[in-house]
Amino acid sequence: MRILKCTINGKPVQVGYDPRESLLDTLRNRLHLTSVKRGCEVGECGACTVLIDGVATDSCLYLTDWAQGTTILTCEGLQAADGSLNPVQQAFVDDFAVQCGFCIPGIIMSAVEIVGTGKTYTRDELRKMLSGHLCRCTGYQNIVGAVEDVVEEINGTGACSEEARAAFAAVAQKARLVAEE
Amino acid sequence: MYDIESLYEATSVADACRALAEDPQAMVIAGGTDVLVKVRSGKFAGAHLVSIHGLHDELDGVELAPDGTVEIGPITWFHHVTTSPVARERVLTLAEACDTPGGPQLRVSGTIGGNVCNAATSADTASTLVAYGALLDLQSVRGTRTVPITEWYTGPGRCVRERDEVLVKIRIPRENYEGFTGHYFKYGKRRALEIATMGCCCLVKLADDRRTIDDIRLAFGVAAPTPIRTRGAEDAVRGMDVAEAAEKVGELALAECHPRDSWRASKEFREQLIREMSRRSLLEAARKGGAEV
Repeated sequence: MRILKCTINGKPVQVGYDPRESLLDTLRNRLHLTSVKRGCEVGECGACTVLIDGVATDSCLYLTDWAQGTTILTCEGLQAADGSLNPVQQAFVDDFAVQCGFCIPGIIMSAVEIVGTGKTYTRDELRKMLSGHLCRCTGYQNIVGAVEDVVEEINGTGACSEEARAAFAAVAQKARLVAEE
Repeated sequence: MYDIESLYEATSVADACRALAEDPQAMVIAGGTDVLVKVRSGKFAGAHLVSIHGLHDELDGVELAPDGTVEIGPITWFHHVTTSPVARERVLTLAEACDTPGGPQLRVSGTIGGNVCNAATSADTASTLVAYGALLDLQSVRGTRTVPITEWYTGPGRCVRERDEVLVKIRIPRENYEGFTGHYFKYGKRRALEIATMGCCCLVKLADDRRTIDDIRLAFGVAAPTPIRTRGAEDAVRGMDVAEAAEKVGELALAECHPRDSWRASKEFREQLIREMSRRSLLEAARKGGAEV
């Protein structure tokens, strides 16, 4: 048994782990962060995506041993203290992007990374940036639509509510997301 | 939970070499996107792993040496090769090839050195590194040695790297990239999360008239058991007009390839791909160099 010390969803964490564990195993089985889904386990489906130091990574192919000292964000870290949804989550609700829901937490984490760049993108660029996720309900149109909408809401030129921007900024800080120059 | 017998986090390259020498069953793990998948499938069950995952100071990043050599640390993520200013300015085709394996999440775990050491003929960076004539520096407790990439591959998934050797640098000398423009063409059934059915990299250097091929490199993945360079085709089209070369290069390249049937594609289809992708890659590479074709 080794001890992992890192920051998860804004809180310092110390947890014992077996060196054979993937980060997916540790997050789900020891920390009960079950938004992180066990999908293909070979890095193809993206259901286990979390942000590690601000980078959307497949946690199934990432050994817990490598997570020492990192900052990790999962979907559990997105809601505000009062339970209100993050603008990224809200966009998925508003656009009816969720069918069975299994792929959604992973896609939301990639969406957080995308919004965190501070830039806007074409729909084709977003499709490529989301191409590491499989949705077996095949509801891709609304998923891409939701990401398109929230990227435009937070990073676009239009009016954005102060609450939404503040809610995203709070998460970006938790995840150590750094906007690109 | 992975079926791993032992996991050791190396503190330096020298420490990794020592650990690999001490345990005759130990193997290197870097990004994990090949090794862990093979552990999961049972091929590497019970693995003794020496991790070089955290050796950023020694093995991560793309740099330009004073003599113009592009030096790539082997644990550099695919994504960081793609976005590296040095790579984009000097070896753009490699930067573009590094944007094709798997999906975005894989490209921030998978490493360019792992792509080389895994030695798959379908590796997306393989044909491009062959075209650029990369030099591969290896280190072990026995010392260091350099292997040109054309002498690296020995069979499907096999290379000359000994079990206890660590790839410590990928070097592309200035004369191998200067003046060349290129194109990496990946053919797969999907545009993401796909293993190449065929990969083709063409680098061309045009004469001042922007029509004549001064020099050319043509390399393939999946056209043979290992990545290959088709030197006969290169020699034959050198000095030709771009349009004429494009016409002839497919058949010439095919004569040097040995594609096979697999569940991904038939031999006949791969032959068609070799002919067509040679032509298109050459044209695209020449267009980037200013040819109007």
